Amino acid sequence: MAGEIILKVRDIHKSYGSTEVLRGISFDVQKGETKVFIGSSGTGKSTLLRCINQLTVPDRGQVWLHGEEVTHSGKEINRLRQKIGMVFQNFNLFDHLTARKNVEVALIKVRKMNRKEAGDKAMEELVRVGLEDKADLYPAELSGGQAQRVSIARALAMDPDVMLFDEPTSALDPELTGEVLQVMKDLAQNGMTMLVVTHEMGFACSVANEIIFMEKGEILESGSPSELICNPRYDRTKQFLNKLGELYGDIGRQR
Amino acid sequence: MKDLLFIREVLIPPLLEGLAVTIKLIFFSIPFGLLAGMIIATGRVYGNRMISFLCRAYVIVFKGTPLLMLLFLIYFGLPSLGISFQPFTAAVIGFVICNGAYNSEYIRGALLSVRTGQLMAAEALGMTRGQAVINIILPQAMRRALPGISNEIIYLIKYSSLAYMLTCIELTGAGKIVASRYFKFTLVFLVVGVFYLCLVTIAGRILGFLEKKLQIPGLIK
Ligand SMILES: Nc1ncnc2c1ncn2[C@@H]1O[C@H](COP(=O)(O)OP(=O)(O)OP(=O)(O)O)[C@@H](O)[C@H]1O
Ligand SMILES: [Mg+2]
Repeated sequence: MAGEIILKVRDIHKSYGSTEVLRGISFDVQKGETKVFIGSSGTGKSTLLRCINQLTVPDRGQVWLHGEEVTHSGKEINRLRQKIGMVFQNFNLFDHLTARKNVEVALIKVRKMNRKEAGDKAMEELVRVGLEDKADLYPAELSGGQAQRVSIARALAMDPDVMLFDEPTSALDPELTGEVLQVMKDLAQNGMTMLVVTHEMGFACSVANEIIFMEKGEILESGSPSELICNPRYDRTKQFLNKLGELYGDIGRQR
Repeated sequence: MKDLLFIREVLIPPLLEGLAVTIKLIFFSIPFGLLAGMIIATGRVYGNRMISFLCRAYVIVFKGTPLLMLLFLIYFGLPSLGISFQPFTAAVIGFVICNGAYNSEYIRGALLSVRTGQLMAAEALGMTRGQAVINIILPQAMRRALPGISNEIIYLIKYSSLAYMLTCIELTGAGKIVASRYFKFTLVFLVVGVFYLCLVTIAGRILGFLEKKLQIPGLIK
């Protein structure tokens, strides 16, 4: 894939107090590409995703979306964030709004669409994640898998150029992860550009163009799924993959 | 029998007039008290250091001083600075300031209890901090604060009687006038008490209904 580069991340550093959480992260993302980030707990994967849309402001480094700087963008950040969809581990749905209103609200308040237009668009997105019949339910009335699909629809409604997923299935029961992963697979196949933090190696193997292994705030190594999984360069990567294998079953079999 | 006649012919007509004033006092104070509470609480939680400090100072001052003193300051004190109000207006201003201070405490707690993840999600969609607070956080916080706010509204109904000290003749004031003229304090104030009891009961019912109506389906508190 030699497409256009739509997201550039350069030398991102972030410390909390005296702990350096990110220590110089750089990569490029091509249009339509899916990158999967793996690495042990506390290596800064969530922090990295939040630095991309500036929910966390990095201490150093830049992020560009379509050649426009996202870091140091001042008030423009609100416009740029619309183009960077984000899906959280805990869904973070708006508890007081129905599924449809969850998807609608930013269209109305941010994109200034009228109610009718926004409502139609919201329904369209809910259909896309297979939840048109749940449109009038509140978050507390949805299963975890349904809630996560609503949150994906909510992000998609803004027509983002890239989607960030932070462990979208790790708060779900095993039998519910499948439905969310399926939605994500469909998205990838339809050309969405995605950065996904996940330990679902089955998903990573079948969807990712690149898997990035992070360790202590740095990218230790990266490569296509077959390269990284079958031929990891570092022992540390091998160890981590073995541990994942023990936790989630044999990776090869899940393909 | 004579008492019944007295109540019906002499007492009730002025009390009804007083009741109308009391209801008007409450009616004007509630929405502005709510608004004040929301602004103060939001300022405390989401404002910068300066705003947050000012809002906290407001709460400390007006929770820490008697309402009657505040009313006297507004009605009798401010004219010396060239600002004077009608008794009714002065009373409403005092009630709003006081009610707002108490409401803000409940709303502040409620604001802090809404999960911050929702704020992040709203900002990730491109909402400004202000839009996120107004559209996402406050509506949930207000629901959670409603039981506390309901209590404050009940208090407000009762302390609205202080308006009488500013010569704004509401329910208590109207009763006081009749009682003094006919020297029937016990009887008059028993009836006045029944009026307040009815008001508070009705308000309680309405607020209870509102709480149910605004409950978010599926959400266990
Ligand atoms: N707001 C914060 N304040 C202080 N420390 C933080 C904050 N957010 C994250 N950290 C710290 O930064 C480090 C990296 O956290 P991060 O959540 O990015 O890791 P992660 O790779 O996503 O881990 P996990 O797999 O557990 O989600 C952790 O040590 C964490 O304690
Ligand atoms: Mg994380």
